[in-house]
Amino acid sequence: MTIETQRATSPSRHSTPDRGKPSTRSEARILSRLGQVALILWALVVIGPILWTFLASFKNTAEIFSSPWTLPAELRLENWSRAWTKAHVGRYFFNSVIVVGLSTFGTMLLGSMAAYVLARYTFIGNRFVYFLFVSGLAFPPFLALVPLFKVVQNFGLLNTYTGLVLVYIAYSLPFTVFFLSAFFKTLPGSVAEAAVIDGCSHTRLFFQVMLPMARSGMVSVTIFNIIGQWAQYLLPVVLMTSADKYVLTQGIAQISVNAGYEADWSGLFAALSMSILPMIIVYAFFQRQIQAGLTAGAVK
Amino acid sequence: MQHRKYPFVFGFLAVPVALYLTFVISPFAQAFYISMTSWRGFAPPKWIGFDNYRRLADDGTFWKAVQHNGILLLVLPLVTIALALLFAFLINVGGGSRSGTMSGVWGSKFYRVVFFFPQLLAVPIVAVLFQTVYRPNSSGLINGFLMKLGLEPVGFLINPKLALWAIIAALVWQCVGFYVVLFSAGMASIPKDIYEAAALDGAGGVTLFFRVTLPLLWDTLQVAWVYLGIAAFDAFAIVNVLSVDNGGPDGTTTVLSVEIYRNAFAFSRYGYASAMGVALFFFTLTFAALTLRVTRRESIEF
Repeated sequence: MTIETQRATSPSRHSTPDRGKPSTRSEARILSRLGQVALILWALVVIGPILWTFLASFKNTAEIFSSPWTLPAELRLENWSRAWTKAHVGRYFFNSVIVVGLSTFGTMLLGSMAAYVLARYTFIGNRFVYFLFVSGLAFPPFLALVPLFKVVQNFGLLNTYTGLVLVYIAYSLPFTVFFLSAFFKTLPGSVAEAAVIDGCSHTRLFFQVMLPMARSGMVSVTIFNIIGQWAQYLLPVVLMTSADKYVLTQGIAQISVNAGYEADWSGLFAALSMSILPMIIVYAFFQRQIQAGLTAGAVK
Repeated sequence: MQHRKYPFVFGFLAVPVALYLTFVISPFAQAFYISMTSWRGFAPPKWIGFDNYRRLADDGTFWKAVQHNGILLLVLPLVTIALALLFAFLINVGGGSRSGTMSGVWGSKFYRVVFFFPQLLAVPIVAVLFQTVYRPNSSGLINGFLMKLGLEPVGFLINPKLALWAIIAALVWQCVGFYVVLFSAGMASIPKDIYEAAALDGAGGVTLFFRVTLPLLWDTLQVAWVYLGIAAFDAFAIVNVLSVDNGGPDGTTTVLSVEIYRNAFAFSRYGYASAMGVALFFFTLTFAALTLRVTRRESIEF
């Protein structure tokens, strides 16, 4: 519905003259052209810095300063290996994967359990617990920063994966519970009833019947949580203060500071590229699901 | 369904509720108390009533930060929503009508995929990316270009007059695509025959946009405004990483979140930082309530 559209609009002006006045038609065409230009410009603005970073990651410092816009003279892969080992990008990457993997799993497990019970069982205090969770959506995390630090410190969980994972889970619960409980409410009750008549326990009913039925909602929220937790910066900055426990976002910010002292610009570009590339690959495969998952909260 | 319900309900809720109470609710509740104390971390907190808030009222840095948050709150949603609306409109209905159905411009799928991508990058990564884009010598993306043209390099992040705007631009760069997709979804749910009818009556692209798309998209716009407003109140990662000296040069880009972090973890003024947190909480609440009130209008059923 693309090239043909453009071509088809001009002859249609002659064949069906009653489709609006000619002046509005040509006005529309000029606007359409201008619009096309605006879109191309923004696409360049988005792609430009990323592409430029990739090119620069293979250059040496002299090239970066003298010819920022040309292709690198040779593929200097040593920039990448230096960033991976010496600047510890590999370590930071590993930390992020561990923390986000565990905490997303925990969030989905605990969040779906709570959401399911709140959505499909009537009991005293149901509404209270539900609003307790949902109210968490309204609080800015900065309000809790100092006491949160103290709570984690008192548990002896500062600078531990466990501490960060538990905190990530806790702060991801409001949205997860809010979204999933709305989703569980939409599921038909007849299947559940049939399963109970067949002697299925509540727990088995949840894990073997209801959870598989909620798959599409679970996928959306999982993507939402993975991307949100991967991008988290504030909580690790407060709770992970020793450099070997840094997650990727912290690590890249740190590398940027160090690059300033050591003037290792190509290393910084390589580190940046390394943190961007996986996102491009993941996005290329799951582009539809990711767009749907991230916008799920805003579209009813 | 009733047999042994309570043990099951309790079993499923116990762990999530316990975690949530420990790490979310209890810190929030404590914050209000701590904001009324003088506390440096070692001796137990000392109750001082509203003294922290009185000090806040005279704190120039605090008001500077509030002012910057205010600018962000106004400019970030305005620019982002305007750009996103324009792009979403072009992508979805910019191609004009063909045999009665509205279509997007050529390559609309490509644009939707590309524009969205920055949303996937974490804000600190975007901040480091823009540090290199803005670098004040020939190794910066923009200045390398300007200097090739024989122009003077611009100190985007060093010039106190420019720094905040450079930071906002980086945020806009990251946000726009998300709202393009969000508005596209909203536009897709507008029935095509409304456009057809308007186009038959001779409405051009501009009229279609202001008379059809905008009113029917109002609810989505409201959501977008609230989201961007909350982002404007946060702005911690972008300012902390992108700006010179975490909020510099000379405090010209600092925001409340950065000041809270600095007071708590650099100066160990826990009580004072918590008072700022409470102030931020009330600002956010006021903003959300105001937005929902001011932008309320009769929703159009279709």
